[in-house]
Amino acid sequence: MSTTGQGKDWDVLDSQDRARFEQVVLPHLDAAFNLSRWLLRSRADSEDVAQEALLRAFRFFRGFNGGDARAWLLQIVRNTCYTWLEKNRQVELMTEFDEDLHQQSSATPETLAIAGDNRERLARALETLPVRFREVIILRELEGCSYKEIAAITSVPIGTVMSALARARQRLQRALTQPAQQEAPQ
Amino acid sequence: MSCDFSATLLHAYLDGELDAMRASEFERHLETCRECTVTLGSAESLRASLQRAQLYETAPPELRKKIRSKLKISVADASRSPVAVWRWLAAAAAILLVTGVAWFALSNFRSDTPQSVTAAEVIDAHIRSLQAGHLTDVASTDQHTVKPWFDGKLDFIPPVKDFMDEGFPLIGGRLDVLGERNVAALVYGRRKHFINVFVWPTKDADTPIHPPGSRQGYQWVHWRHKGMEFCAVSDVSPQDLHELAQLIIQQ
Repeated sequence: MSTTGQGKDWDVLDSQDRARFEQVVLPHLDAAFNLSRWLLRSRADSEDVAQEALLRAFRFFRGFNGGDARAWLLQIVRNTCYTWLEKNRQVELMTEFDEDLHQQSSATPETLAIAGDNRERLARALETLPVRFREVIILRELEGCSYKEIAAITSVPIGTVMSALARARQRLQRALTQPAQQEAPQ
Repeated sequence: MSCDFSATLLHAYLDGELDAMRASEFERHLETCRECTVTLGSAESLRASLQRAQLYETAPPELRKKIRSKLKISVADASRSPVAVWRWLAAAAAILLVTGVAWFALSNFRSDTPQSVTAAEVIDAHIRSLQAGHLTDVASTDQHTVKPWFDGKLDFIPPVKDFMDEGFPLIGGRLDVLGERNVAALVYGRRKHFINVFVWPTKDADTPIHPPGSRQGYQWVHWRHKGMEFCAVSDVSPQDLHELAQLIIQQ
């Protein structure tokens, strides 16, 4: 035990890190869980994945430079989700992302208002979207992220966020107003 | 879309992410383009549905517990007797609590935008307030009248002060709704213009006065101070808004 003194210093640093992690990162656990729940479309799986992401975040925490902790954590959560999807549901990641935009949605504000009033239907429509569309909707509409934050979380340029969001909303409107067509298995 | 404006721009407009020039360009375009008007209406309706449906799913409490125990956030020295460990834990918990509260109150940790309130909502609320009879629920230049007026109408009391001597006379206050929560709106005058200062409580840490944003000819500044979140919006110059924001922080 000749290095006790040194060991103690490390311990102190460690518990300080933990306290800081608890104050800075853990408050965003709900955001982490919500994102993984919608990316994986499963509460049970996202409990495991959110936990893994938080543990990962803790390991990388010394590399966190003190910016936007929510965006930093959500980026790790998203990566962990994609790794999980690659391993467990590869088909989902290959779903056509670049479909045509020209097919104009026939949705009017009125029909949408009616269709959108059903939470279950809205949730199901959201789940039919390819994961890359789904994530921008979740980040923008549920998490309230700015385009800049979404760009940071998903590691794409802001222009790509804009066009993904435009397409995602159109797809979601179509899924809501033409449920039969959209809910057919891929 | 058959018109010149891309769907992308329309959605960026909806999200309050266009700069002032492009936003006003798009608004002029909206006056004549029925297609974009309908598309915008649908997109707004979709957003409202998403907000109403409450799709946000929060983490189950067991998950929180599990993660905490995996991280061993309550670090205990296992070599001590159970009583000592218990005492130590209580002390550690107290320290964590105090540092946590202090951190939230003091740190300069910042995020870039007001979390759930968009620029578009703030400006809409400002414009709504300028319509006849909407500006104030309590019209008074006396801070001792305006402040108590909020008592019992909200679950918090906003800081209210008149800055007449500094050129921002208090005109009154009103209740408003932003991001689906009730907020206090304080109305200040600046020459012949009005400034709405929206105030609501927050658990987030203080942030400095955010560089002003601009849209449709309106400017806004945002900051958090001592557990309150503020957004001041008006058609006065960004410098004026910044000056008022500083007065409010220093009061």
